[in-house]
Amino acid sequence: MRRTDQVLQLLAPLALVGVAALVGTLVSTSTETYVINALVNVAIVVALYVFIGNSGVLSFGHISFVAVGAWAAGVLSMPVEEKPAIMPHLFGVLGDHTIGNVWSLMIAAAVGAAYALVVGLPLMRLSGLAAGIATFGVLEITHNVLRYWDKIGPGLSTFSAVPETTGLFQAALGAGLAVVVAFAYRRSRLGRLLSATREDAAAARAVGVSVYRQRLFAFVLSGALAGFGGGLLVHLLPVNTESVYLDLTFLTLAMLVIGGATSLWGAVIGAFAVSAVDSFLAEAENGIHLFGQSLDLPAGTRIVVVGSLMALVLILRPVGLTGGRELSFRRRRPLRVLTKFAR
Amino acid sequence: MTVAVLGIDWQTLADAIGLGGIYALMAVGIGLVFGVLRLVNFAYGQLVMAGAYALAFASEHGWPVGVGIVLCFAVVLALSLVMDRIVFRPLRSYSPAVMLVATFAVAFLLQSVALLWFGPLGKISASLATLNQPVMISGVDIRKISIVATALAAASLLALVLLLGRTRVGLHMRAAAMDFRTAELLGVRAGRVIGAAVLVSGVLAAIVAVMLTVQTPLVTPDFALRDTILVLAGVVLGGMNRLVPATLGGFAIGFASGLLGGALPTNQSQYLPSFLFAAVIFVLLIRPGGLFTREGQRAVERV
Repeated sequence: MRRTDQVLQLLAPLALVGVAALVGTLVSTSTETYVINALVNVAIVVALYVFIGNSGVLSFGHISFVAVGAWAAGVLSMPVEEKPAIMPHLFGVLGDHTIGNVWSLMIAAAVGAAYALVVGLPLMRLSGLAAGIATFGVLEITHNVLRYWDKIGPGLSTFSAVPETTGLFQAALGAGLAVVVAFAYRRSRLGRLLSATREDAAAARAVGVSVYRQRLFAFVLSGALAGFGGGLLVHLLPVNTESVYLDLTFLTLAMLVIGGATSLWGAVIGAFAVSAVDSFLAEAENGIHLFGQSLDLPAGTRIVVVGSLMALVLILRPVGLTGGRELSFRRRRPLRVLTKFAR
Repeated sequence: MTVAVLGIDWQTLADAIGLGGIYALMAVGIGLVFGVLRLVNFAYGQLVMAGAYALAFASEHGWPVGVGIVLCFAVVLALSLVMDRIVFRPLRSYSPAVMLVATFAVAFLLQSVALLWFGPLGKISASLATLNQPVMISGVDIRKISIVATALAAASLLALVLLLGRTRVGLHMRAAAMDFRTAELLGVRAGRVIGAAVLVSGVLAAIVAVMLTVQTPLVTPDFALRDTILVLAGVVLGGMNRLVPATLGGFAIGFASGLLGGALPTNQSQYLPSFLFAAVIFVLLIRPGGLFTREGQRAVERV
């Protein structure tokens, strides 16, 4: 692959993140929140891409890594004096200390990676439907435990009083960091070995690639990124167990699939496109004025539209908007062979 | 009367079997669609939900029970045919991952349509409440619905096994499931046969809708969502590739859920989903091909 193409493949997603951040500085405060949210979504979807896109194995469980990341960052960075009111049953050590913003994000990534390692060690032996259902089981267990075990977090209540440090700058930096990590991984030897197992597991095994090990590494790396995304999220919004559960799983998977699951460019495009539609509809649900017309959609329209979009893209273009390919300066040949993910 | 082990009494056991019966019925429908279409249908629960809303609608307008049930069947069958025509048929040649994500999207879509249409509060379907009353059998209350559900699950499983194994349509279905192209070349109207399978699974979904609304009369947009996730886990657990193991898996997960719910002390019963899914993951690790399948049977026959 030509060097210019490589540069383009890293710089194009980064430029998109930069442009979004720039747009965020120019618009009103309420719209800025949507831009920040979109950037955090980019970080989470890129985390999904690192595993799902490169390995071709579907995971419904990644939002549990986002959840534990959010929990770790939220619990640790909440001011000590606020803790008893929101989390009265917290373990002593967790209740007595507060750490800064950057530290909390790093710990969120570490906790996400550690959890992904624990989960991945047994689960990466599975593939296909068994893997899909097992990762779904992980999501259910994580949701259930975080919801009721109030010694490690707020349980049924919401993470209020976490410092809201995820502004435009932090969100853009976070999304950019995720993009750089994902790019570096895909260009690395390990990343190429994993995509080889996606395209033909038997052939990859025949030349000595351990499918299990490659998948496990990607799972842990994407767990770290997802945990980091969770940290960004908890510093942006008051998170509770329901905001890191089925709806977010659906939304982020939709972003990945609509963009094109097998390319980083697709993940970023999908995250921005769906976030834009979603934010517009969220605003329309509250009532907006557009071109002199007032538009007031009933609550719940968002998921209907995003769901229809996702179904439509899947039917008309199962490889996603970008065709699952990275950007290239060269003229594109028509894609003759679908990647294994869609076939 | 108490069974000594873990303090499970006969009452818990009876309730667990009842829940297992309903889940087995759902498992038959999901297993059939998977066997013929190679499709894990996340949206199966939303078919049930639509049927339940039809029943609630009839019951709100004071229509007789029979009309409500007919309406329920009509709505569920129409919806399952539309779903197949618009979403699943164009995706038939793609990978299971794409189809799984597509049904996931359809499930969310239908759920939010219900939310838009009927609101989050839910509607009451009360017309069949008599089935919820218990009969006493040697000191144990057994709700009539448990008996009906278990009997219906067994009957529909038997009917399906006979249909698939003994009739020409069944033979065609199995042929289309094995190899769509070849079956068509040999003169099987594979598209029509698959349509028939979709219809049968729709009928089963409608029956489940009736059963579930008896058990839980409050119909909300997330009606049957939790149950579908559990049953899907159960079906994969039992062995997706064959109908009988899939149904047994559905029964097992319902039974385990009921049993654990009764056996766990109150302060731990909130962790019931964790225990269940941990068990599911554990079994999948030991036997990824399914709990009730024999070796060498996997992925050879699909129904």
